[in-house]
Amino acid sequence: MGNYLLRRLVVALPSLLGISLILFVLLALAPGDPFGELASNPNIPPEVREALRIKFGMDDPILLRYLHWLVAMLHGDWGFSFASRVNVDTLILQRIPATLYVVGSSQLLALAVALPVGVLAAMRPYSIFDQIANTFAFIGFSLPTFFTGLLFILIFSVNLGWLPFVYRADIHATGWLWYWENIKQAIMPVAVLGLFQAASYTRYVRSAVLDVIKLDYVTTARSKGLAERKVITRHVVRNALIPVVTLVALQMPTVFGGAIITEQIFRIPGIGSLLISAILANDTPVIMAVTFVFACLVVLFNLVADILYGWLDPRISFR
Amino acid sequence: MGIQRHLGADGMNERDLRDQIADVKAGRLSRRAFVQRMIAVGLTAPMAGAMLSYSGVAIAAEQIEYKPTKAGGGGTLKLLFWQAPTLLNPHFAIGTKDQECSRLFYEPLAGWDKDGNLVPILAAEIPSKENDGLAEDGLTVIWKLKQGVKWHDGQPFTADDVIFNWQYSINPDTAAVSIGSYKGIKSAEKVDDHTVKLTFTQPTPFWADAFVAAYGLIIPKHLFADYIGSKSRDAPTNLKPVGTGPYLFVDFKPGDTVSAKLNPNYHQPNRPYFDTVEVKGGGDAVSAARAVLQTGEYDYAYNLQVEDEILQKLEAGGQGKAQLTVTGHIEYIALNVADPWTEVDGERASVKTKHPLFSDPAVRKAINLLIDRASVQKFIYGRAGVATANFLNNPERFRSPNNKFEFSIEKANQILEAAGWKKGSSGVREKDGKQLKLVFQSSINAPRQKNQAIIKQAFGKAGIEVELKSVVASVFFSSDAANPDTFTHFYCDMEMYQTTMPQADPQFFMNQFVSWEIANKENKWQGRNITRWQNKDYDETYRQAQKELDPVKRAALFIKLNDLVVADNYVQPEINRRNCIGLKNGMVVNKSGWDNDLWQIANWYRES
Repeated sequence: MGNYLLRRLVVALPSLLGISLILFVLLALAPGDPFGELASNPNIPPEVREALRIKFGMDDPILLRYLHWLVAMLHGDWGFSFASRVNVDTLILQRIPATLYVVGSSQLLALAVALPVGVLAAMRPYSIFDQIANTFAFIGFSLPTFFTGLLFILIFSVNLGWLPFVYRADIHATGWLWYWENIKQAIMPVAVLGLFQAASYTRYVRSAVLDVIKLDYVTTARSKGLAERKVITRHVVRNALIPVVTLVALQMPTVFGGAIITEQIFRIPGIGSLLISAILANDTPVIMAVTFVFACLVVLFNLVADILYGWLDPRISFR
Repeated sequence: MGIQRHLGADGMNERDLRDQIADVKAGRLSRRAFVQRMIAVGLTAPMAGAMLSYSGVAIAAEQIEYKPTKAGGGGTLKLLFWQAPTLLNPHFAIGTKDQECSRLFYEPLAGWDKDGNLVPILAAEIPSKENDGLAEDGLTVIWKLKQGVKWHDGQPFTADDVIFNWQYSINPDTAAVSIGSYKGIKSAEKVDDHTVKLTFTQPTPFWADAFVAAYGLIIPKHLFADYIGSKSRDAPTNLKPVGTGPYLFVDFKPGDTVSAKLNPNYHQPNRPYFDTVEVKGGGDAVSAARAVLQTGEYDYAYNLQVEDEILQKLEAGGQGKAQLTVTGHIEYIALNVADPWTEVDGERASVKTKHPLFSDPAVRKAINLLIDRASVQKFIYGRAGVATANFLNNPERFRSPNNKFEFSIEKANQILEAAGWKKGSSGVREKDGKQLKLVFQSSINAPRQKNQAIIKQAFGKAGIEVELKSVVASVFFSSDAANPDTFTHFYCDMEMYQTTMPQADPQFFMNQFVSWEIANKENKWQGRNITRWQNKDYDETYRQAQKELDPVKRAALFIKLNDLVVADNYVQPEINRRNCIGLKNGMVVNKSGWDNDLWQIANWYRES
């Protein structure tokens, strides 16, 4: 096992290196310029823009810039944002809490909805409940989040006036009020993201349970006279969850990576909105850092998923 | 000359005008009577006022409305910026969003009001010839600073701070974007603790650039002195501003929020009104408008680039109103003087070439008649733009009265026909084997694409075929020398964009047509003259304007510059844009199109 882990980690290194090189080159080749906004301002002479480009090393050859970046990264220096002149790691750390809170809660909500609904639907396939659940699942993952997000804002903020649609990370309240405000402002984004995710999870859970429920050992358990509840929880769900757990583990990077569109709509100061504003401002160090961290997380959670898999299903051995 | 001709029509000439100004100076004629006479001959009050102030007649600065009788008690002011502020050092401000938020904490010596007049902020008074602040030769300016002003940490604000900002900005290693406003200063001397004398490298009629308005915000010497030059990024105060402004810094998360609280030691009595300020950034313009106008969650929303139709729907929500302010920004169409389809010495649209179609004045004249400016205003920009035939529209004293626009497909057809452009079998006009086929580019932005469509339709009716092209704004406006799709490369027949006029003085604005600013390969397309238009008369007049110290003559020179460029029809002004903000009902805000929205943040209050 230890050996396996080590080998996987060693294999991960070149792939991360490759990912970083591709990301860097793509960003360097992409059109645009962080000082574009200065270009249309007659007050700022072109020499100033030129000087800034040179100072920030933007006119050096790509591979040289990549090497600089890599060496700095290995020393733990992630560079600084061109737009705010703040260190990139500080920026990312500032954004992590909001993303963890909103995207994490939405994943929990998704599981809380998908598990019972999926299992119940699979227990009585093609019943009315199953059909309703299926219909909603299809609607759920067919509607894009930008649509449901705007719909929620129109209904709950504009028409009913119940919930705020501008998310604030710095709420100036204390005690219970602080918790209440934080919950209130997260309801809409969490619901939008959670229900979207729940829809696809439901389909997975349902089909996984359907696969298992027909197997011989379930029939055996039933014929032993076990209560239906026990059959489902102990024999069916436990085995059916193996693929679902893998799926959830692979979704984990997004909990850190944020949800670009939803964060933008609700103005949540998360990693996703950091990424999109950095892209719009051509702030390459930030884009590079966020996408690279994301790539690392994907590699890491792939590994976690593989290990979980073996732990849940002892038939799989690590060699 | 514009002004003289304008006045002449009403039986008054420059000499009469000067005599009257002299009368006002000597006290033989009241200021008020002078302004009324000027209005009678067709000038506006601000223009008359400006003439007096430039001629050495001191004017009381416009009173900024402010009713509260004590500081504080106003609760929380909530500001929404759909483009989030990313830094709070005004010398690094990349966009106005950063300048605006810096304005909560930092202040300049003076700001520009809505009529383009200077209003003192950290200065005790505006330099003029009367108070010996301005020299006859235009080489020096003496600023007297307001006494008793303290930085947020209790240190006194003095002449040393002012001088330091000049040193800080002009050091190339600091990488300050404000350098353009400061590099014309040869030396800054401390006369006493509250007097600074600036000496320019050459006579400078536009002396009110450094230390004024958006690029003039002053940072404290005692906190930045160790971080001048290449260490500038390391200053802790970059993220925790300590200024002289009405609000004290509380917290800043780049790209997200800024919070501030009332400064109890602010140098203007009974101000500010609000106890705390919360700035939220991010999102999009439409939902920002909604949060102020429709739901009232916020008090102010910045730069609402939203179609008027949508704004009106949101205003129907009854929580707030859109407020529009006059600016000098101009949405215009540039016709390429050079040939964008032929490569010479490694660049297209080289000045060594002539555009095959536009070199015929008849084509340009026809195009001028085919731009339906009135409809563009009515159906696209609504309240946010005014159709115009002038490139230089504001402040009013610089607006030429000599140009009119007209939309007539019929006349355009006649002109083209007379010039020998005959319709071919496909309906496209041609002459000497050249067809009137054009490529017309702009940045991706809904109003611009609608505008392009209106133009294409009218051109089609006159036998000119237009192919529309739209480029993502982040590419179109980038300064990337390697990308052929930027607006400065202008590898296209026609293009449309907005050029901004950030100051009340047109000197920088009008350098867009001087021959030494032509964008080309040599200057990596960083030059400001995008159309590649050249005119000796223009160049000379511009040089005169740069040196002319008499404000009335100077205004006339700028009007001449405008008329020269407009008359040649390579540059087609279309819409003079207005700046739009959203304000919740009850907010009283003094706004100027010549300075940041928050230029008078100390005087903002809420009426109950």
